[in-house]
Amino acid sequence: MSSEKTKPTVQTTGHAWDGDIQEFNNPLPTWWLWTFYATVVFAIIYWVLFPAWPVGKDYTKGVMNEITYTTSEGKTKTTHWNTRSLLLKEMQLARESQAKYLKDINASTFEQIAADEEKSAFAYSAAKVLFADNCAACHQAGGDGVIGYYPNLLDDAWLWGGSFSNIQETIVKGRMGAMPGFKSRLTEKQISDVSVYVLSLSGDVTDASAAKRGKAVFNNDGGCTACHGADAKGIITMGSANLTDKIWTIADVTGADTFDAKKAAVSDLIKNGKSREMPGWKDRLTAAEIKMLTFYVHQLAGGK
Amino acid sequence: MSESPFQDRIEIFPRSVKGRYRTIKTSILILAYSVYFLLPWLRWDREVGPDQAVLFDIDGRRFYIFDLVVYAQDIFWLAGILLIAAFLLFFVTGLAGRVFCGYFCFQTLWTDVFIFIEKLVQGERNARIKLHQAPWSNEKAIKMGLTHFLWLIVALLTGLSFTLYWGNAPELITQMLGGDAPFAAYATTLFLTLTTYVMAGLAREQVCTYMCPYARFQAVMFDSDTLIVAYDEARGERENGRQKPRKGLMTSAERDNASIGDCIDCGYCVQVCPTGIDIRNGMQYQCTSCALCIDACNTIMTSIKFPQGLIRYSSEHALKGEKTNLFKAKNIGYAFTLLLTIVVLVWSVANRTEVEMLVQQIRQPLSVTLSDGRVQNRYDIKINNKTTKPISYRIALQGLNGAELDMGRFSEIKLAAEHSTKLIAKVRLSPSAVSQSRTKFNFVMTPADSEINEKIIQQNVFYVPEKQLNRK
Repeated sequence: MSSEKTKPTVQTTGHAWDGDIQEFNNPLPTWWLWTFYATVVFAIIYWVLFPAWPVGKDYTKGVMNEITYTTSEGKTKTTHWNTRSLLLKEMQLARESQAKYLKDINASTFEQIAADEEKSAFAYSAAKVLFADNCAACHQAGGDGVIGYYPNLLDDAWLWGGSFSNIQETIVKGRMGAMPGFKSRLTEKQISDVSVYVLSLSGDVTDASAAKRGKAVFNNDGGCTACHGADAKGIITMGSANLTDKIWTIADVTGADTFDAKKAAVSDLIKNGKSREMPGWKDRLTAAEIKMLTFYVHQLAGGK
Repeated sequence: MSESPFQDRIEIFPRSVKGRYRTIKTSILILAYSVYFLLPWLRWDREVGPDQAVLFDIDGRRFYIFDLVVYAQDIFWLAGILLIAAFLLFFVTGLAGRVFCGYFCFQTLWTDVFIFIEKLVQGERNARIKLHQAPWSNEKAIKMGLTHFLWLIVALLTGLSFTLYWGNAPELITQMLGGDAPFAAYATTLFLTLTTYVMAGLAREQVCTYMCPYARFQAVMFDSDTLIVAYDEARGERENGRQKPRKGLMTSAERDNASIGDCIDCGYCVQVCPTGIDIRNGMQYQCTSCALCIDACNTIMTSIKFPQGLIRYSSEHALKGEKTNLFKAKNIGYAFTLLLTIVVLVWSVANRTEVEMLVQQIRQPLSVTLSDGRVQNRYDIKINNKTTKPISYRIALQGLNGAELDMGRFSEIKLAAEHSTKLIAKVRLSPSAVSQSRTKFNFVMTPADSEINEKIIQQNVFYVPEKQLNRK
């Protein structure tokens, strides 16, 4: 056979692995070298166009790369290219594209927002973000609050009213809720009786005579009716709780295992009282933002 | 060591050839070009959506492929198609080597067309070599200029056609001519025009030899049974090598007697090779299995009345006179996997749901107690209407006795064709109605009036906190 004669000798690197595995020593194509030069040229152009080299305490800014943007305060600025300004420019464009919707929201009543699919979708998703940024710190991301501290916004009880205008007022002005402590005004026995009575109002009937005594305290010595009303259903203008429903916002009755534990929770609240404050958001959020948040909170619970 | 670590490209001027494989390649080329260039112009009747048969609508997040509409959530079909492409490549390569490279690869197809243009303007191989070596003249400038001009036209049409798949073709082309098309359309067209021109016109075999990863990893799938384009060295060389035909060595029998090979060293196989190799040196990594050397050799063998097949599709085993075994575990495995993937993909496409309901429980918080003591859970419901008709559905609960379903103002869900919607469902139930913390139940979506009769059922869970369970 003459195959050895016809085959050109292939240059190898001269090493052999595992006996017969050899490495070709083929030359690189020249254009490969050109692509390397091309990357060099690219880098130089890049240095000229973009911020690149540190010079003393400063750096080269690049040419022909100005970004002009308007801040949320309305100031117009022009800088060389940088990612922060790029972000601010994007924020400006986002504000501009949202402006039409915000105008719509401002011009609409809550009922109009609720009836319009596009408006309600915009309000809902915008408020979801606003809620996470501003409200979730207390009311939690899902709006379920923290018992004893921050009201649950998902249930159907509203301390300060659940209508659109009630909720809006709550957000705008904030609320101060105060339940005084009765430690010094009522005896242990009275407090215990009132606790049994209050629990019986929402269906936990155990000791009828204690409840009867408690009712007397509630209506007379305790003066509870002044805030909670004669029917114990609370008064919206005062933010006092409805004691006849199954919802507890301060005393953790729902989470208690035994009747004694429930009674202890209620008694503790009556003894020591509780002050809660919701700050007003008038100065921190725009009217449209508050309007959308109102709509969102109303939607969360199915407001009244 | 060679003097320079770099090597300039050696210009290749492939000679044309006629034959069986050239005919197959030309047919594939014409078919592929017809599909590629004409498909964007094919119109298609749809009740909703564009009237273009194949349209990849990025803005609308859906791909229209004849009667199939592919949504973003169907993206795993793409994985299926890629799997099929990969296994098909592995399978075919194991059997018959670089069939894809030689017959179907767009680099091969476009290079073929560019060489055809080159031949049309500058003439056959010898004329082209002459022209190339000649000093610059008017004739050379005109011929070279015309060649490059025609290359650029084909490249531009290629780039343009690709772009037309991503928009309504007649509209997009009017926009592009008027200068109103989106930047991406111009950029894509320009990019593909340039790459086509450079790759098919200037780089050619360099792409296969130096750039293409497939070319290299296909070699790993070869074995001694794989069909390759091979020179029958035993017959071509015999003991005394190849010789030009001369008196006494004119027939195959005479050459056999003198132990001279059947190869008459005409060089036609080398001249037609688009990668510029000599197949007689055995299998080389540059070879794309285009099989044009087979056509060339057979042409010569026929003309001198030698038997055909000195260069032919064969395997290393067959060349050594051994049996070629194609039914190997590797090939059968590839075939099986390929079939399986195809079946799964076809099944998935055929059984796609036209109307979808996705229910997810809102977990923050899982439940809330209401003033009347009932427990409320909330669910995010997403409904997709992938049909081309508006739909109307009602949603009800099943398997959760005494529960109330509140979807706000949505009592009936009406959805326009190819639209989707999200809504929140609140489910309220007295804790005394259930005995365990997590109760399974179904959301049932029933058609309200449309022709679709199918119910859609999604199971979910109603959660009641442990502490509220036994409190009657």
